[in-house]
Amino acid sequence: MSNLVKYRIAKSSALKIFTIFLAFVCVVPLIFILLYIIRAGITKINWHFLVNIPKPVGESGGGIANALLGSMIIIGVAALIAIPVGILGGIYLNENKKSRLAYWSRLCVDILQGVPSIVIGIVAYFWLVKPLGGFSALSGSVALAIMMLPIIIRSTEETLKLLPDSLKEAAFALGMPFHRVILKVIVPCGISGILSGVILSVARIAGETAPLLFTAFGNPYISTNITKPMQSLPLLIYNYATSPYNDWLDLAWGASLILLLWVLLLNIITKLTTRRWKVQL
Amino acid sequence: MDAPVEKDMMTRSSEIPMRVINSAKASEVVNTIKRIKRSYRQIRTENVFKKTLVIIGLVMVILVFGILLTLVVESLPSIKALGLKYLWGKTWDPVQDVYGAFPFLLGTLLTSFLALIISIPFSFAVAVFLGEYYPKGWLSDFLKNTVELIAAVPSVIYGFWGLAVLVPIVRSFESKIGVEPVGVGIFSSSLILAVMIIPYAASLGRSMIQMVPSQLKEGAYSLGATRWEVIRSVIFPYTKSGLFAGVLLSLGRALGETMAVTMVIGNTSIIPKSIFAPGNTMASVIANQFTEADKPIYVSALIELGLVLFLVTVIINVIGKKIISRFTNE
Amino acid sequence: MESTIIRSKNFNAYFGENHVVKNVNIEIPKNHVIAVMGPSGCGKTTYLRCINRMHELIPGATCNGEMVLNDEDVYSMHPIFVRLKIGMVFQRPNPFPNLSIYDNVIAGYKLNGIKLPKGERDKVVEQSLSRAALWKEVKDSLHKKGTFLSGGQQQRLCIARAIAMEPEVLLLDEPTSALDPISTSSVEDLLHELKTNYTLIIVTHNMQQAARVSDRTAFFYMGELVEYDDTKKMFTNPRDNRTQNYITGRFS
Repeated sequence: MSNLVKYRIAKSSALKIFTIFLAFVCVVPLIFILLYIIRAGITKINWHFLVNIPKPVGESGGGIANALLGSMIIIGVAALIAIPVGILGGIYLNENKKSRLAYWSRLCVDILQGVPSIVIGIVAYFWLVKPLGGFSALSGSVALAIMMLPIIIRSTEETLKLLPDSLKEAAFALGMPFHRVILKVIVPCGISGILSGVILSVARIAGETAPLLFTAFGNPYISTNITKPMQSLPLLIYNYATSPYNDWLDLAWGASLILLLWVLLLNIITKLTTRRWKVQL
Repeated sequence: MDAPVEKDMMTRSSEIPMRVINSAKASEVVNTIKRIKRSYRQIRTENVFKKTLVIIGLVMVILVFGILLTLVVESLPSIKALGLKYLWGKTWDPVQDVYGAFPFLLGTLLTSFLALIISIPFSFAVAVFLGEYYPKGWLSDFLKNTVELIAAVPSVIYGFWGLAVLVPIVRSFESKIGVEPVGVGIFSSSLILAVMIIPYAASLGRSMIQMVPSQLKEGAYSLGATRWEVIRSVIFPYTKSGLFAGVLLSLGRALGETMAVTMVIGNTSIIPKSIFAPGNTMASVIANQFTEADKPIYVSALIELGLVLFLVTVIINVIGKKIISRFTNE
Repeated sequence: MESTIIRSKNFNAYFGENHVVKNVNIEIPKNHVIAVMGPSGCGKTTYLRCINRMHELIPGATCNGEMVLNDEDVYSMHPIFVRLKIGMVFQRPNPFPNLSIYDNVIAGYKLNGIKLPKGERDKVVEQSLSRAALWKEVKDSLHKKGTFLSGGQQQRLCIARAIAMEPEVLLLDEPTSALDPISTSSVEDLLHELKTNYTLIIVTHNMQQAARVSDRTAFFYMGELVEYDDTKKMFTNPRDNRTQNYITGRFS
């Protein structure tokens, strides 16, 4: 009996140590990747790198200005589409918990979240690229907007769900019409939660490559016309990383570090806004 | 929808003029009319707003069905021409117009399940560590944030790193164990995928484990169970459906993951002979060949892959989400 | 001369900075029912949970002082031994939802990795369920899930689960507070019968219950053990003013 108990206690602590070990092994590859990219990318980044466009094969130097600008435009347009639709969608789901349309709508949001990004790329190709007669930044933005929607909708819904009903009742009791109650009382109260959802959605799509392959397509020059092909950071990394030229690989490492920093920054901002929001509640 | 508003307005407008008559000042009459107009406008805006919300709700449904419809319509030529043979055909040769998707189905299943098998012990360990052993404190904050970061790093960066660092390592490993040292292939893709999907099962598992009622755990402790026995006999059985859903959602991620896999899998359309051989997944074939596809049937055959991928991930996600919502409602 | 089974000396318990059990000295005789009563937040449940070391499972909870079971210090034993000897029944019935009634009763054996032959297992289940006065009601549905039972039946199942391990002491933490009156009386009747085999310590905030079921009563107030005496004496002629106030309902 006593030996059995001793064995069980030993087994319990051995498995605990094993679990802790496994849990922390997960961290190792991430740290490897981060360190490697910082080391490979940091020497490539300078002012010249940020304001110039890539040089052709054989010439060293060059930068990623076209990709930086392109990424900003594509993500900006995507956000312009996704933010209003997403927030209204979240409000709809929160206000109609029981209706049949809301059930299907919620299910579709869930489905949308799981759709592989490459599939969204194909669909955007048939919806926009083919009818408009060519690759365009706009079609890339639409593809990214579709990917942002579920995140914004869900975080808006979750935030609004946490607000007490008394708040809405108080506003209705003052004779405010529904849209004012929502837009002037409910949304402002939950704004930081909604905002963190928006930032998170931008963070998620900032590094997406697959939906842009057949939409924004890429462009070696600076372009600001959203109806024409446009370069973006992840596309540039993909194209140059799989090329055999050392100059281009260097460019891709620099671009990877910039993309990584940008995505990490957005994630940290999300974390901070969420924390702030929780404390407020 | 407009009818009740009109009626509402009539009662109000018939009320207010009564008051107007009582106080016979002209300016007040004007003011009252203004107020009537304003509240009428308010009610109209309210209705427009409510309708907009419904339309947005509808848009979500249309979006998903639109995606499905587009995929089905665009892959019809291939479905008609190839039928079910498409799924079991072992050769993919666009030049000869032979389209068999089996190598890619196999490649997708191999990479995803291998990745899942590698990642499960780690994601469960993270879930148990954060959910049971150390739910609070700086150490668990650190682990939680790092694991979340794993999900945040863009897939193209994993692919690039895999190509530059992991593939050479795998290559030397392969030459040591005596298989053809190509480096790129199913095995490398699975390793990268395994890292990428850890966060999904881990974070879901953690929240499920934290929901185990403490009375149940105390019940087992009071009978003399050790910590491990509580985890194995109370926490795991209680959360098994939730943990399963987490694994399912990770699988959905792995199946649809494109860029990282495309960059390290080697892109060959023949059936992989071993897990170290190069291959292709459904997503990586689409990424590689879609812009090169020059014949309508070729494009259509690629879209059909997208359709299969879409259907599989939808089914997996819906089942996973259903399990989770049933679990959280209990 | 009755023998003492549990003795605590200068026993203190804390939640972080909060001193919730203050300097408790108590001697608990064998094969008796001891009721621990007091207003909510007086530390009675915490004290109970200290006896079988469940208190330390809560993060930030600490305790000090002497707690002795059969001349052996509880806090120098491994908690598993302590919990095998001192069983516990909780405020809300907590049968394991994934196990059948049968498996719930022998859960203690399963969890402890003790393999019983089938015949003996059946015997333990039947004996424990009969002692818990549940056998007649469930003998035909032993392999149904325990959560299908009514609240009172679930609580008796939890008692059966605890006594299946043959503990020396059984701790009951407000075992009837979540139950209806009929279930309550069936659990109370059970306590009388269990007394012959076990020592029972029952926490209750219900004075009538304390008076009905116990041989001795301990009264806790603001973390202190105010009075500990024969139940009859305590309810008829309390020594302390605070006890007097409590049993006459002047505060709650």
